[in-house]
Amino acid sequence: MNNRSLDRMNRRQLLQYGGAALVGLSSSLRLYASPVSGPRFLLVFLRGGYDSTNLLIPYSSPYYYEARPHIAIPKPEPGSNTSALALNADWALAPAVRDTIGAMYLQREVAFIPFVGTEDLSRSHFETQDSVELGQPLSGRRDYRSGFLGRLSAVLNGSTNGSASISFTDALPLAFEGGATVPNLSLKNVGNAPFDDRQSRILSDMYSGHHLEPMVSNGLELRHEVAQEMADEMKAANRGAINTKGFELEAERMGILMRDKYRIGFIDVGGWDTHVGEGAAQGALPTNLASLGRGLQTFSQTLGAEWKNTVVVVLSEFGRTFRENGNRGTDHGHGTVYWVLGGSINGGTIAGEQQAVTRQALFQDRDYPVLNDYRAVLGGMFQSLWGLNGDQSARIFAQKAPIDLKLV
Amino acid sequence: MAFCIRAAIAGLAAGLVLAVYGCTTSGGGSARADLRRPDASASVLPVLHREDMLWLERVSFGLDSATVADYRRLGRARFLDAQLHPGDASLPAPIAAQIDAMEISHAQPEAWLAAVRAQYKAINALPDGPEREQARKLLNEHGNKLAYEATRRELLRAVYSPSQLQEQMVWFWLNHFSVYQHKANLRWLVGDYMETAIRPHALGHFKDLVMATLEHPAMLEYLDNNQNAAGHVNENYARELMELHTLGVGGGYTQQDVQQLALVLTGVGIDTGNPPRLKPEMQALYRHRGGFEFNPARHDFSHKTLLGHAIDGQGFAEVDHAIALIVSQPACARYISRQLAIYFVADDPPPALVERMADTFMHTDGDIAAVLRTLFSAHGLDASLGEKFKDPMRFVVSSVRFAYDGRPISNARPLLNWLNSLGEAPFGRQTPDGYPMTESEWASSGQMSRRFEIARAIGSGNARLFDAEDASSAVPAAGFPQLSNRLYFEAVEPFLLAKTREALNRANSPQEWNTFLLSSPDFSYE
Repeated sequence: MNNRSLDRMNRRQLLQYGGAALVGLSSSLRLYASPVSGPRFLLVFLRGGYDSTNLLIPYSSPYYYEARPHIAIPKPEPGSNTSALALNADWALAPAVRDTIGAMYLQREVAFIPFVGTEDLSRSHFETQDSVELGQPLSGRRDYRSGFLGRLSAVLNGSTNGSASISFTDALPLAFEGGATVPNLSLKNVGNAPFDDRQSRILSDMYSGHHLEPMVSNGLELRHEVAQEMADEMKAANRGAINTKGFELEAERMGILMRDKYRIGFIDVGGWDTHVGEGAAQGALPTNLASLGRGLQTFSQTLGAEWKNTVVVVLSEFGRTFRENGNRGTDHGHGTVYWVLGGSINGGTIAGEQQAVTRQALFQDRDYPVLNDYRAVLGGMFQSLWGLNGDQSARIFAQKAPIDLKLV
Repeated sequence: MAFCIRAAIAGLAAGLVLAVYGCTTSGGGSARADLRRPDASASVLPVLHREDMLWLERVSFGLDSATVADYRRLGRARFLDAQLHPGDASLPAPIAAQIDAMEISHAQPEAWLAAVRAQYKAINALPDGPEREQARKLLNEHGNKLAYEATRRELLRAVYSPSQLQEQMVWFWLNHFSVYQHKANLRWLVGDYMETAIRPHALGHFKDLVMATLEHPAMLEYLDNNQNAAGHVNENYARELMELHTLGVGGGYTQQDVQQLALVLTGVGIDTGNPPRLKPEMQALYRHRGGFEFNPARHDFSHKTLLGHAIDGQGFAEVDHAIALIVSQPACARYISRQLAIYFVADDPPPALVERMADTFMHTDGDIAAVLRTLFSAHGLDASLGEKFKDPMRFVVSSVRFAYDGRPISNARPLLNWLNSLGEAPFGRQTPDGYPMTESEWASSGQMSRRFEIARAIGSGNARLFDAEDASSAVPAAGFPQLSNRLYFEAVEPFLLAKTREALNRANSPQEWNTFLLSSPDFSYE
């Protein structure tokens, strides 16, 4: 047994004892209670179908350069600090994330899973985002009241593990549907807490004894504590002022909250539907990727010691067409590339079923095929992260056996 | 009494609020008596009871002075009659003028569709570069503008129309027959969809409503029926038509019925402005109107069996036949009645009430006004009063109605922003199921604290509701609304929960007092 898996075992045991102690606390106390160390999971949903082929570049494939005459990213240059970063003999990482995700990959804190995705062939954002978030078998009727993170939260709450879930969004996403009372708060603009202590107390008192009391007090506390944490963070001498923007800023705030309070998080990031002029080494897509990369690196740093207990999965509803279109962009495709990040994952690897990237290998002569079912892949990670049994796994992803890619 | 409050608040200091409270409690009885003194319009209802006000909140988008006055003047039965059979609603002149100035009030969707198609074509013919990007941007901005106008018009009517029940029904059906503005060219269509498919039938016959949505390009585009053709069947709309629009899950139809209805619906699509070349025997079967088209050349003329009934291949007449069949099912009467009861009565409405409504539906050929009469006359309603959580639309609209009480706003963007931030953007539901109308979907911790922030924005007068729409002029802060007014003392104050009174009593300023009132459970429930 290597150190990593020892680590993991201890983590699980700790969590079980620690979790038991949490049972019985009121919800508002639980919010403030210091969590025992334990697995944390963040799902980053790139809405719009990001062009994974220009993130994880199949640079050994001549067909890649043939199919993307205007937007292909040049091969890695030995000795260069700015070209694509060769990850192995076949795959390279976009230069836009070289200094962030690339550096973490070399630290074995990042892995990629190409040829992953859903069975959904609608190529519709909305259909496929739903498919992913619901995580239900496609053959059955969709139950819009049950998302896979909701089921994961329920499974963990139902055991002694306990979980504190949060969505860093304005509304609760479909993925969290069905999960008891998951709090949500967008971290884009947290500013000053809208109400001071006295006002918050009055508002809470107004709902005391009411069945909404926990939501009201949690909501006000969460808003207040987020503002407070951010203020503290800005004052912390070793960090200086927060001068990050956009996703990086949100990621830093998420890092603080997941370090201190929460176990399962969700955030979505838009702007990936690059039908037109997506750029190659530079341009619209690389700009977005760079921001994402900086954010995730900031997130990892903010978590501090807890980064070792954290797994982040970055996914998108589908990949895009392998060939560029007439507008130097790409259209809706099928298979994509998921990112897995974490302080103690078995990173530095390209995981899952793979095949050589040739024209013949394309699905319907246009897209990456799906060789790794996302439900099996995520199910395998959850099983390993929380030590779930078969029944519990089946409650999260019905009719799909988990596959352990040995990443976490 | 009224003077005492105004004077106290005008000369506000922390200590004076206590004086206000003292005023209202010690002198409350005489104040109310004073307010209820019959005036020239001879009130039919000199005394308003809690049940009256809660009932009125259910029928309307929330209380304002005009609605309460109507209710007093007419009494419950006549008020309900008027709401169920509204004439032409007279909006306040400035609001009517705002709506009249909108582009969506003066154009035809088929003309827009043709223009958009032509513009996309022209854009695609341009070489890559700034000119092309600019043209694309302009087209996008136009679509966004039209979709926003549709939302704005709906919000203005919801706040200001005297036909409050009609406006609630427009909102209810828009959500029931939900479409998503960001799909394809829908931004150019949603205004017309609301105006010509939903609004005229909101209190009419259910079958007409189904047919009007079925014959609207917004729905045909949204649920892909424009791609449903003989040999290339797309079941999307057929399935949702039965599952979401009429029969409900478990409504007695099978996958076989979905497939058969999809065949019935083949050829029902969107008029592209280029009439198809048809064989002579087909020409008489072609139909088109307002962007809708039935193209017999794309229709599957085979014999179908739907819900056990034979439907012969005869073109669009099959659609009439199929829809008549579907909406006459008892399952449809029950499903629609239950959806209405969830919206108006309770998250889990009493089955006996739903049955009574379904009976009315069956006996009146799906007369929506008749079904609503059963609902609002039902004894079952009284038991639920005060227990129904307002969805964001009701919360936002009722707040503005109560706070500004008929004063015309000039900028509806804050309302839209609030709905967005609470997760109920109009025309913004991606999935065809519409927004849920149950409390658990809207009372998350994040949404509750957001609600309080909105209450504060309204209560403190910082909401920019009186700026110009295009932000060309920002009106200096108009001051905060006076919520402790006659409407409050007449229709709200007597029925407040004790804890709400305590909170109001702890307010340090009138703005804070307003914020607490709009944040109270009294205000989030109806």
